[in-house]
Amino acid sequence: MNRLGAIIVGAAALFVLALPLFLKPYGIYLGSMWAVLSIAAMGLNLTLGYAGQVSLAQGAFVGIGAYTTALLMHAGVPYPIAFVAAGLVCFSVGWVLGYPALRVQHHYLAFVTLAFTALVFLVMRNEEWLTGGTYGLSGIPRPVLFGWSTNGAVSFYYFSLGVLIALAAGTWWMLRSPWGRAFVALRENPIRALSLGLDTRRYTLMAFAIGSSIGGLSGAVYAPLVQYIEPLSFALALSLNLLLMVIVGGSGYFFGPFVGALVAVLLPEWLRVIQSYYLLLYAVLVMVMMAFCPDGILGLLHRALKTMIFKRNPPQPALQPERTSR
Amino acid sequence: MATLIQLVVSGLATGAIYALMAVGFTLLWQTSQTINFAQGEFVMVPAFFILEAMYLGAPFWLAILIGIALSLLLLGLVFKFVIVDPMLKHGVLPLVISTIALSLFMKEMVKNFYSSQAQPFPSLAPPIDLHAFGAVISTQSLTVLAVAIGAVVALHILLHKTRLGRAMQATAQNPTLAQILGIPVRRMVLYTFLINAVLCAVASTLISPIYLAKFINGEPLGIAAFLAAIIGGFNQVRGAILGGFILGVLDNLSAAYLSSTYRGAFPLLILIAVIMWRPQGLLGRVEERTV
Repeated sequence: MNRLGAIIVGAAALFVLALPLFLKPYGIYLGSMWAVLSIAAMGLNLTLGYAGQVSLAQGAFVGIGAYTTALLMHAGVPYPIAFVAAGLVCFSVGWVLGYPALRVQHHYLAFVTLAFTALVFLVMRNEEWLTGGTYGLSGIPRPVLFGWSTNGAVSFYYFSLGVLIALAAGTWWMLRSPWGRAFVALRENPIRALSLGLDTRRYTLMAFAIGSSIGGLSGAVYAPLVQYIEPLSFALALSLNLLLMVIVGGSGYFFGPFVGALVAVLLPEWLRVIQSYYLLLYAVLVMVMMAFCPDGILGLLHRALKTMIFKRNPPQPALQPERTSR
Repeated sequence: MATLIQLVVSGLATGAIYALMAVGFTLLWQTSQTINFAQGEFVMVPAFFILEAMYLGAPFWLAILIGIALSLLLLGLVFKFVIVDPMLKHGVLPLVISTIALSLFMKEMVKNFYSSQAQPFPSLAPPIDLHAFGAVISTQSLTVLAVAIGAVVALHILLHKTRLGRAMQATAQNPTLAQILGIPVRRMVLYTFLINAVLCAVASTLISPIYLAKFINGEPLGIAAFLAAIIGGFNQVRGAILGGFILGVLDNLSAAYLSSTYRGAFPLLILIAVIMWRPQGLLGRVEERTV
C-alpha cells in the first residue's frame, strides 16, 4: 500500500511539474490557483481533519494574509518579509480567536469563526483608509526572488508550486512529530488524550493557529497571483468552499485537500456548458457524497483499494482460536 | 425619546422573527443534534412558495396556507428523511457539511428557477402609521410582533402544557430514557422537524414584506438565527426567544447611535462576549460532557 501510494504521489508530482509544457496561459493560471487553494485547504485540514474542529474562517485568514502582503508590498517591504508577516499575523489572530472559542465544547468554534469571517469582511469593506474599501487594492507586484522574476505565468506557477511543496513538507514533518501525533489523538479520543497527560486545549488551539497561519500564507501567494484583491473574494463563500474542498477531498487524509482543491478548480471549468446550474449540481454531489461516503474521494479510493487487496489475498487470522474446554 | 421608542419597537419586531428562527434551530439541535446551517434558507424559501401560489391565482391567505403546507412537506418531512436520517450515523460533521450544501442548493434553485431579482411581497397589515408618545409606529411592526408572539406562546403551551409537549421535552433531554418510558422517540423527533418547518414558514411570511423576497436573504437571516440561539442559550427555547429580541433591538440601536457601516459587527461582538463569559448562553444550562 505504502509503495503504491509513493508511486501515485511521485507520478502526480511529475505531472504537476510538466504541466506548463502543454497548457495555455489560462490553464497555467488555474494551476497556480490550484496551488493557492491547496495550501489554504491544507491548513484547514489541520484544524478539521486532524484536530476535529470545524472552522469557517479559513477564507478570512486567506484574506488577512493577502491584505497584509499587499499593504506591506505597497509600502516597499520586500516580498519574503511580507510573506512571513502574513503567516505571523494570521497565527496571532488565530490564537486570539481560538482562545475563547475552544474554552467550550460542541461546535462553538464553527459559530465563532462564522462570526469572525463576517466581521473581517466588514472591516475590509469599511476601513477605506487602509484597505481601499469596496474598490480593494490593485497593482500588487509579483515578487522578484534572488534576481528571479516571477512575473510570467509559468514562473509564477513554479513559484506557487514551490511554496506549496515547502509548506506540505513542513506540515508532513510536523504531523510525524510527537506534536502532530497529539493532534490525531485529540480527534480520535479527546478524553483518552487528556488522561494521557496531553493538554488538549493547548494542542487544539495550536492546531487551529497553525492552520490559520497556513491560510494566511496562501493569501500571501494569492495576492500577487491575481494582483488585485477586494473584500468580496474573502467573504463567507470562500470559507465554505475551502471547507467543502477539505471534505470532498477527504478530511484527515494528508493529500485530501490537494484533491479537493483540484475538484474545486476543474469542476467549474468542465461544467461550463451548464453555466449557472453548476453550483446546483455541485451542492447535490456534496450531499450525495456526505450520505454515502463522508470520508471524501480519498476515503472512497482507500476503501476500494482495501477491498481489492482483501479479495486477492484474504487476510489470514493471526492466531488460530484456541479450543478451550471447561 | 420618540426615535428611541420607534427603534425599539421595530427592533422588537425583527427580533421576534429572529426568535422564531432561533427556536426552530434549537429544537432541532436538542432532539436530534442537527445543526441546521440552512436555517436562513429555510426562511428564505417559503416566501417563494407563497409567491408562486399567488401567481397561480390563490388569494393571499390561501397562498400562506399552501406555503406552510409545502414547507411542512419539503422542509420538514423531506429534509428529515432524505438529508438528516441517512447522515446521523456518520456523526455531526457530515451533517453540518450537508446542510451547508443544502443551503447552496436552495439558493441556486431559487436563483435559477424563480428569479435573481428581489420580489415584492404583500404585507399582512396595511401600512398605516400610528402615533404614540410622539413616535411613529407602523402597523406592520405591530402585526409582526403580534403574530410572532402568538406563535411563540402557542409553542410554549404545546411544549409545557400538553402531554405531547412533555414527551417531546423528555425526548430532547434523554432519548434513551424516554424510549424506555414508552415514548415514541422517532415520532417526537419528526414532530420537531415539522414544528421547525412551520416556524420557518411563519418567519418567512413576516420578514419578506420588510426585506423583500430574495435568494440571498438566507445568509444574514441564518447568521441572525445562530447568534440569537447562542446568545440566549443553545439548549433552552426561552433562551432562543430572549436572544432573538436582544439581537433585533441591539441591531437597530447600534445602527442608529453607533455606526451604520458596522451595523453587523455589534451582534458579533456580543456573541464573542457571551461565549467568553457565559458559554452556555444567557439562559442556558451547563451541559455535562458526555463521553
